[in-house]
Amino acid sequence: MIAYASAFGAGLVFGVGLWISGMATPRKVLDFLDVTGAWDPSLALVMAGAVGVTLAGFPAALKRHPIEKRSDLNAPLIIGATIFGIGWGIGGYCPGPALTALSNLSVEAFVFVGAMVAGGLAHRLAFD
Amino acid sequence: MVGGVLIGLASVWLLVANGRIAGVSGILHGLFAGPAGNTPGGRAGDRLWRVWFIAGLVVAGIAWHAFAGPASVRQGFGVGWVALAGLLVGFGTRMSGGCTSGHGVCGLGRLSLRSLVAVAIFMAAGMAAAFVVRHPLGLPS
Repeated sequence: MIAYASAFGAGLVFGVGLWISGMATPRKVLDFLDVTGAWDPSLALVMAGAVGVTLAGFPAALKRHPIEKRSDLNAPLIIGATIFGIGWGIGGYCPGPALTALSNLSVEAFVFVGAMVAGGLAHRLAFD
Repeated sequence: MVGGVLIGLASVWLLVANGRIAGVSGILHGLFAGPAGNTPGGRAGDRLWRVWFIAGLVVAGIAWHAFAGPASVRQGFGVGWVALAGLLVGFGTRMSGGCTSGHGVCGLGRLSLRSLVAVAIFMAAGMAAAFVVRHPLGLPS
């Protein structure tokens, strides 16, 4: 019960962070990714802020909850990251922003999330 | 920057309190396709916390719109392109075991070489795709 409340709270704070930073606005994400247009570098600061906090907080947290850390660079990592990046650059959505954008009740958010779930299922069918 | 700090705090919180990595693609795939082989910390079963985390993300959007007004949704961006983008994001994140949050925020925070490589690749691929979509194709986005 407490674990569920805690997960809800984490999602809530995470989601507010996405909206404040502009990550949940695909146009802003594409303005960041399209370096040849009217480039908007501000999302790099968002990443820096987030990683600054995890760099500081994760060592102690991982001592409490050890999680496997691999270091092999395999083909699925490289090919999968390429496929993900292409999808991100087409739509301007990555998974967190797409889920919190469901609150827009926009057609594109629902289509994107449905397709994202289908993409995960397609990967399971093809490779598991 | 403030938004990024909140994202980082939420990620540290989920690891401290729940022992979970705040990787949104992994949280979502764990509900439907099941944990991917490349996702560290992914375990079968225990689905309900995933639902609550995602509910938190959605409620955050509702609260944000109540405070800041409705989001401006872009017009004229074809639904076919949206579906293609979603399929690639879903497939690619399950294959590589993470997205902007799992490999980006969390993986870089734990100094994972795999995540550093994944981030460099998906940033480069995202920049290339955004260029093609906006300039040669000229889609309204």
